[in-house]
Amino acid sequence: MNLTQKYDLGVVKWFTIMSSVYLVVATLLGVYIASELAFPYLNDLGTDLPYFQFGRLRPLHTNAAIFAFGGSVLMAAAFYIVQRTNQTRLWSNKMAWFTFWSWNLVIVLAVVTLPLGLTQSKEYAELEWPIDILITLSWASYLYNFIMTIHIRDRNKVPHVYVANWFFMGMMVMVTYLHVVNNLSIPVDWFKSYSVFSGVQDAMIQWWWGHNAVGFFLTAGFLGIMYYFVPKQAQRPVYSYRLSVIHFWALMFGYVWLGAHHLQYTALPDWAGSLGATISLAMIIPSWGGALNGILTLSGAWDRLREDYILRFLIMSLAFYAMSTFEGPVMAAKNVNALSHYTDWTIGHVHSGTLGWNIMVAAGAMYHMIEKIYNVKLSQKLLATHFWIHTVGTVMYIVSMWVSGIMQGLMWRAYDEYGTLAYSFAESVSAMHPYYVMRAAGGVLIFIGAIVMLINIVSTIRKPDSVQTANA
Amino acid sequence: MSNQNGNTPQGGTRESLQTKLEKNIFGMYLFMALSVSLAGIVQIVPLFTNPEAVKDEVVLADGTTQSLLWQRSEGQSLSDWKPGDGVRPNTPLEVAGRDIYQREGCYLCHSQMIRPFRDENERYGHFSLAVESKYDHPFQWGSKRTGPDLARVGGKYSDEWHILHLRHPQALVPESVMPKYKFLDKAMVDGDEIATHMSGLRKVGVPYTDADIAGAAEAVTGKTEMDAMVAYLQSLGNMIKFENGVTYRE
Repeated sequence: MNLTQKYDLGVVKWFTIMSSVYLVVATLLGVYIASELAFPYLNDLGTDLPYFQFGRLRPLHTNAAIFAFGGSVLMAAAFYIVQRTNQTRLWSNKMAWFTFWSWNLVIVLAVVTLPLGLTQSKEYAELEWPIDILITLSWASYLYNFIMTIHIRDRNKVPHVYVANWFFMGMMVMVTYLHVVNNLSIPVDWFKSYSVFSGVQDAMIQWWWGHNAVGFFLTAGFLGIMYYFVPKQAQRPVYSYRLSVIHFWALMFGYVWLGAHHLQYTALPDWAGSLGATISLAMIIPSWGGALNGILTLSGAWDRLREDYILRFLIMSLAFYAMSTFEGPVMAAKNVNALSHYTDWTIGHVHSGTLGWNIMVAAGAMYHMIEKIYNVKLSQKLLATHFWIHTVGTVMYIVSMWVSGIMQGLMWRAYDEYGTLAYSFAESVSAMHPYYVMRAAGGVLIFIGAIVMLINIVSTIRKPDSVQTANA
Repeated sequence: MSNQNGNTPQGGTRESLQTKLEKNIFGMYLFMALSVSLAGIVQIVPLFTNPEAVKDEVVLADGTTQSLLWQRSEGQSLSDWKPGDGVRPNTPLEVAGRDIYQREGCYLCHSQMIRPFRDENERYGHFSLAVESKYDHPFQWGSKRTGPDLARVGGKYSDEWHILHLRHPQALVPESVMPKYKFLDKAMVDGDEIATHMSGLRKVGVPYTDADIAGAAEAVTGKTEMDAMVAYLQSLGNMIKFENGVTYRE
């Protein structure tokens, strides 16, 4: 009996394909808005229309990257892993398809409403209230189906729930909580609402959400992906069970505090910002615990990296994860934050996470799932092309933002010999130009990489010898 | 360690908590929900319960206490407010401007939160207070300065400057990467819509009177979105009159 007969993989397949499509869309939007900052005439292109301006497209880029691409890959992986590790079909295949269609409807609505300027103007929570309700329903169906699938497993065959599932569940629990609280608002019409919170409380709640969209959606969930696909692809057991227990609970407890480090030196009371910064520092331990646990899983199998590009994606993602989880606490330290806050350094930091960690670990997982579900081999040449082009693009992106961010921070606070500010703001803007061009060029490479990935996946599954019964 | 026998499910006489949770998915759910809730309770709840979080009173040099909020007396309208009188709700035209500010995603490139540093003080003005965004639903502090901070941009430039700048930023600031907002000239502000928005804001706690809302439509009659945007920008940051020798923030 092959996999597609034993499990409900149709929904996994389609989430995987759609996430590959959304990666192309999200990176294209990224390239476009990055280019707008380098060449501002791209904002209007001679027209008088607002729809393609930075302020309207930037939320679409972040939503497409995090929720369309990231969300789809998280759903594909969760539905795949929960079946494989619990050796059971989904509790409800129908409900999984509801999750699929409702999630994709959310994405379509985002593509329509955000360029129209229908927004709550809260970062990564821009979508207006009717869409928020749809997200809640979609997410609840995902959570419920996932837990029930674990619940109905045969406890004699699978007494213990595998670690990857804990991470997924932690993410689902926290994201429900964050999404509902942060989006509490009073509608004034179908596509306009005002947050029930204001000022400092709203700021804290927004960044409690904002940082944990990163900490849970993009970290805990993707660690769930890592904990299944790294051992599978390396064909080795996870390096340390105990380490996984410790860093799981440390992450569940600790990450939630970090939002306040986005608000240091603002009107948020000092104690809250300092608390956020202190716990941020401590979070190096669980973060590196996870990274090491993944990387060391390869002990004794390092030679496999030479020929296995899927494994390379997975291991490179952990290297970026380790780097950006080191960078994060450094930037949360008060004296560094005083310089880095409000600059491009923050943008570079979040992209070292999303480009280096999320896309790479997701690519590894997606390639792995495609090979398993269709019982095929992907083109090694295209895998290699994607790997190198994506890595180079990511490094270009991060480096250009480091330089521009630190330069901005230094220019803003520089004094001349007469004790007056050395640079006008406009001078700092024009100094950014070369780095904005370099960043956009890095983005182009990443976008090409995403196209290569889509071509590889689509052409492989269309080969006549691939298993085509995955619709079952 | 309590989870020592986690590797050997059947071994050992006493199961660790971790082992139990791994077998009972609903128990694990409960523990997760608890552990992720603590931070919110400790970090967020006090911002609602402790009045110091949004300090709205200061002690002046002569020992008297002054409110940082506009003390509006019975029957006064929003137009009776004078600069420096304290934090007040936005006028109807400013509400329209703020809606546009949100719609165009201005917050993605401009912060409205000045930090207590010497260079920010010289570049942008006095550091921002929590009370200044008390009526901001949602807050517009921002997280990025692709353009300069706007927390105290009100009164810094003339209305004419803002209009020219919004239409074509590069005409005034050649280095600027800001998009052009010429289209704001063509769109009119909808008075009934602004009245509805103000009742919505009242529901979430902005102290508008019935008269404020009733007069909203008239207040914005004949105004373009450009007028609204400029009115909003000019309102930013000059509601409180800062005085020397007063502690605005511990």
